[in-house]
Amino acid sequence: MKLIAFSTSGTELDAELDPRFGRARGFLLYDLELQQIRLLENEQSRNAAQGAGIHAAEAIVRAGVDTLVTGHCGPKAFRVLDAAGVQVYNCPVIPLQEALQALQGGILQAATAADVEDHW
Amino acid sequence: MGGQTKRQAPRIAVASGKGGTGKTTVALNLAIMFDEPVQLADCDVEEPNLNLFLQFDQLDSQPVTMLVPEIRADRCTGCGACSEICRFNGLVSLGTSKPLLFPELCHGCGGCALVCPAEAISERPLQIGTVNCGHSNAIRLVEGRLDVGVSLVPPVIRAVTNQLFSDIPAILDAPPGTSCPAVATLRESDYVLLVADPTPFSLHDLKLAVAMVRELRLPCGVIINRAGEDLVGLSRYCQDECLPVLLSLPDDRQIAEVVSKGQLVAHCLPEYGLLFKQLADRVRTELQQHGGQP
Repeated sequence: MKLIAFSTSGTELDAELDPRFGRARGFLLYDLELQQIRLLENEQSRNAAQGAGIHAAEAIVRAGVDTLVTGHCGPKAFRVLDAAGVQVYNCPVIPLQEALQALQGGILQAATAADVEDHW
Repeated sequence: MGGQTKRQAPRIAVASGKGGTGKTTVALNLAIMFDEPVQLADCDVEEPNLNLFLQFDQLDSQPVTMLVPEIRADRCTGCGACSEICRFNGLVSLGTSKPLLFPELCHGCGGCALVCPAEAISERPLQIGTVNCGHSNAIRLVEGRLDVGVSLVPPVIRAVTNQLFSDIPAILDAPPGTSCPAVATLRESDYVLLVADPTPFSLHDLKLAVAMVRELRLPCGVIINRAGEDLVGLSRYCQDECLPVLLSLPDDRQIAEVVSKGQLVAHCLPEYGLLFKQLADRVRTELQQHGGQP
């Protein structure tokens, strides 16, 4: 676990998690080693006519993310993330700071499959 | 639009902005009373239903396919050019191995195969639906059926219109609405019959449909179904917009009963059969008037 992506519409760790993945406003990337945050916009996926989850998954894989914390993840996005070795954690809507603690404290379980259907 | 391919016989689309206004009833009964051999095309490929009303000798079935990418792992360099050009997210390249394919999202444009510098992408046909052709007396039916789980409607509609003979008049039962499926049907037409009823929803969607028809520069006429008290000003709208009302079908319970049994209004209720015969004549006159238009 090096670079964690949180789906969110905020810009800081006190923002809340966005339950959507593909059509989330953006992703806050948290570098565990450097303890730094960086924003990854999700504009293109949000406006995609279809395949938003796939596109968002590709974007976070290309950003070097290895861990994703989001509300829900559908089958197509999960297939891309799984193929790239990104570990997915489903999390309720809570502030990112708390989600990070839950992740590090081992409270969040790594997902082994999509937790929702297509277009949930 | 209609003039792009040379046709010897007209194609009349029966369309509506709102669903459930009576397109199928109009298309069927107009065909029955057409007085000459006619083709009937079910372009509502997501839920074709003309076949429920007509008995066919035998339906000839053909698959409708679309080309989707296939990737040769030994040639792919993982450059990502394919996923970059695909606006439908039909494939995604992660830079490491060959791209992941999502054929259900592919629109069959072939862009990925064109841009692949390693020539690692070829195309294979994927079935997305079927086209059925058959005869019922003087009517030749061509019907499209989209496969379950497929969302690409226009290619199946094009497969339907491609099966139509160019020397026999055709009536096209269009899908409702004003999006790609309706446009795909209207593009292949020379004249549009817009079916509406005197309800706020139908009038609202008729306005959208009229805008679509004008954008496509097609002549059109209106059919008022379930005509009764016109509280929404449907007739006045048609007058103001210079839209000819070619038929006004009254709100008669008998019509609904006949349709619910899968029977034909023109056959079971001769007084309405006469109205559809008059409609056929009026459509012919309209077509002559607009013969010179694109």
